[in-house]
Amino acid sequence: MANMALKKNEMPAQAPDVRNKNFSEVALGYTEEQAVDEANRCLGCKNRPCVGGCPVAIDIPEFIAKIKERDFEGAYQVINRSSSLPAVCGRVCPQETQCEQRCVRGIKGEPVAIGRLERFVADWHNENVKEPPVRPKSNGHKVAVIGSGPSGLTCAGELAKKGYDVHVFEALHLAGGVLVYGIPEFRLPKSIVQKEIDTLKALGVTIETNMVIGKVLSIDELFENGFESVYIGSGAGLPRFMRIPGENLKGVYSANEFLTRVNLMKAYREESSTPIQHAKKVAVVGGGNVAMDAARCAKRLGAEEVYIVYRRSETELPARAEEVEHAKEEGIVFRLLTNPVEVLGDENGFVSGIKCVEMELGEPDESGRRRPVVKEGSEFVLDVDCVIMSIGTSPNPLIKSTTKGLETQKWGGIIADEETGRTSREGVYAGGDAVTGAATVILAMGAGKAAAKAMDAYIQNKD
Amino acid sequence: MYKILKRHELNPTVTLMEIEAPAVAKKAEPGQFIILRVDEDGERIPLTVADFDRERGSVTIIFQIVGATTAKLNHKKEGESIADFAGPLGVASHTEGLKKVAIIGGGVGCAIAYPIAKKLHKQGACVHAVVGFRNRDLVILEEEFRAASDVLKIVTDDGSYGEKGLVTDALRALIESGEQYDEVIAIGPLVMMKFVCKLTKEYGIKTVVSMNPIMIDGTGMCGGCRLTVGGETKFACVDGPDFDGHQVDFDEAMARASMYKPFERKAFDETCNLFQKEVQ
Ligand SMILES: Cc1cc2nc3c(=O)[nH]c(=O)nc-3n(C[C@H](O)[C@H](O)[C@H](O)COP(=O)(O)OP(=O)(O)OC[C@H]3O[C@@H](n4cnc5c(N)ncnc54)[C@H](O)[C@@H]3O)c2cc1C
Ligand SMILES: Cc1cc2nc3c(=O)[nH]c(=O)nc-3n(C[C@H](O)[C@H](O)[C@H](O)COP(=O)(O)OP(=O)(O)OC[C@H]3O[C@@H](n4cnc5c(N)ncnc54)[C@H](O)[C@@H]3O)c2cc1C
Ligand code: SF4
Ligand code: SF4
Ligand code: FES
Repeated sequence: MANMALKKNEMPAQAPDVRNKNFSEVALGYTEEQAVDEANRCLGCKNRPCVGGCPVAIDIPEFIAKIKERDFEGAYQVINRSSSLPAVCGRVCPQETQCEQRCVRGIKGEPVAIGRLERFVADWHNENVKEPPVRPKSNGHKVAVIGSGPSGLTCAGELAKKGYDVHVFEALHLAGGVLVYGIPEFRLPKSIVQKEIDTLKALGVTIETNMVIGKVLSIDELFENGFESVYIGSGAGLPRFMRIPGENLKGVYSANEFLTRVNLMKAYREESSTPIQHAKKVAVVGGGNVAMDAARCAKRLGAEEVYIVYRRSETELPARAEEVEHAKEEGIVFRLLTNPVEVLGDENGFVSGIKCVEMELGEPDESGRRRPVVKEGSEFVLDVDCVIMSIGTSPNPLIKSTTKGLETQKWGGIIADEETGRTSREGVYAGGDAVTGAATVILAMGAGKAAAKAMDAYIQNKD
Repeated sequence: MYKILKRHELNPTVTLMEIEAPAVAKKAEPGQFIILRVDEDGERIPLTVADFDRERGSVTIIFQIVGATTAKLNHKKEGESIADFAGPLGVASHTEGLKKVAIIGGGVGCAIAYPIAKKLHKQGACVHAVVGFRNRDLVILEEEFRAASDVLKIVTDDGSYGEKGLVTDALRALIESGEQYDEVIAIGPLVMMKFVCKLTKEYGIKTVVSMNPIMIDGTGMCGGCRLTVGGETKFACVDGPDFDGHQVDFDEAMARASMYKPFERKAFDETCNLFQKEVQ
């Protein structure tokens, strides 16, 4: 008998006024009872609308059916057929615009909590199943993966399972990409990412850190060194600034710098040797996931007031709904329809405020969203001592500029075939944020997986 | 892990280390830098490639002990290893076509200036080197510079070695005596570079400076190393570290460099205390 409750099982979570002072995970995860109860809300629809909303087409009704039977490992195996990072995606996927948006239970009431169930299953597996993965037999071919974000890691995993000798080259000292330098601990514990990386290593994948491809080795040299195919999953890490006066004052960060200091360099810990400004009043400019993460980190570092300054209205906020909710609960103040025009400084060159104008929504623009226009005479100053620019990133030009014949879009994205990730260079494939610009973990993963299949076919046909 | 093949103290506050890093050594060029971490949980700091030996697979760094991380590095012994060593990063110095240059080094900046002097000298360019230090005890790389230059001027603030004065005084004297340079290359403290640029602007001599803002990743990802050059924002780690000195906004760069002063002081004192305890 199905559970006909209109609402999802609530996610157990740390109380807002406790968690906004620590970096431990906010959402605590379902218990077995909650998971089974939630699974029973699924109607097991024959036409499976939810599956169409998942970029990697996880067989959602089937894995949920296994949860109903309390066969949690069985559920994991179903998910594992389509996704290699369920513990990550279950936590960070924008479910409300993907699988859950298509769920029939959402027509009247809330959709089935597919993401939370996915997380439950992955955590259960990690907790209870300790068998090391079996190392596949080598097929004698060598492939290279550039970048160790979700896209590169997925591609590496898929190829390793087919017996390839896979080398992942990562520019930073730690593998994981945005999962370790961007998304904070309280949303995605680093131990989960580490576990995925350990699994890859057990499959025989070699991870080489401190390897900035384009500088220490070029793609051409990778081929010379015997790699038969190369996957580029180098992400979109280049931060944009607004080009307004005062942006280089002390106390203005890009979100990447702020989050890297906090996460990768662990500045949130007392004993860390990485400095970070412990600001009192912070303005975060932007409305995406990155902005929410920066704002919530700033709060946790002790800021009394943290503002999200965003030029459109609430409905256009690009962040996941859950993150916006969480941020509000934690006391982040939303200054919507507000746009900065200048950062103000004190006599020592530190930020002393941010001058903004109010906006109103006009006609829709190319993106279909109503274009914000400045309200005459609405200028005002927000009193802050730190500004975090979180207005987007684009692909780093390093690989493009050092690889002859690799075609890119004007804005820097690598041009790659949507189905296979094939680029303009033979044997070179690409995917994830490096191709699409800043997007999502699941899309990056899906692209890595598709490319792995194409790379395998390419190498097998070459012989 | 990257092994320390050689460790040598150049003066009480400056140490040279040769690090085993074959992949970096293979590609390194003068003007480029590396980013290292001494140990797990350590800070990432940039240091210039002072020399490299492609055969031996090693890269030499020369660093001044100014804070917690450089103090920690200085305590590492020959044969020990450091956790991370990534590079070569940044754009190599442009040396093509230069026939006669003046290379100005200030303090530990001489470590950065030296490989460029050496490269130019090897290419057959006429190299005039002006190197400045606070006093006699702090003089480094004298022999190396002598071998890599046609004219070498050493100046100290207090006159305890070489001529008394600033590098700008010595450079002005050379220019006034009729020397004509294709380019001046200045590397040292920001104030020094600022004043060298002011001087060369008067005489209309193209001047290249090597900027050293605070960096984290060194790959263009954080924007922390940004500078204003010719009114535009540049990332020193990928667009530089060399820039046209007459275009650089030095006052802004100096302000930004002081961002973490109090924190750094505290970390330095803590590290010193830690080592003190070990000694006792
Ligand atoms: C703060 C933040 C929060 C986010 N929140 C969410 C969320 O809640 N949900 C969601 O779905 N998505 C979220 N995203 C987006 C998501 O993280 C990215 O879309 C995803 O990580 C892209 O994966 P990727 O593998 O393409 O690239 P990345 O994760 O960016 O990884 C690229 C890797 O390549 C390395 N690299 C780059 N250049 C080189 C080179 N030349 N040589 C060697 N290595 C190189 C980089 O160091 C990096 O490790 C968030 C992003 C950020 C920044
Ligand atoms: C491209 C580049 C090349 C450099 N080459 C050399 C070199 O060859 N020899 C040398 O002695 N020094 C060099 N430096 C400076 C060197 O990086 C700093 O002295 C070092 O980071 C200090 O670290 P610390 O923890 O010991 O000192 P801290 O106490 O942290 O800082 C002391 C001072 O060093 C600077 N600094 C601190 N952290 C950083 C950082 N992450 N990046 C850059 N500067 C920082 C700041 O101005 C600070 O005020 C270079 C810097 C850059 C950017
Ligand atoms: S991977 Fe994302 S979209 Fe797919 S089922 Fe899981 S939460 Fe939904
Ligand atoms: S649409 Fe909703 S109810 Fe139907 S199978 Fe998918 S998750 Fe279950
Ligand atoms: S050091 Fe991060 S962008 Fe230059």
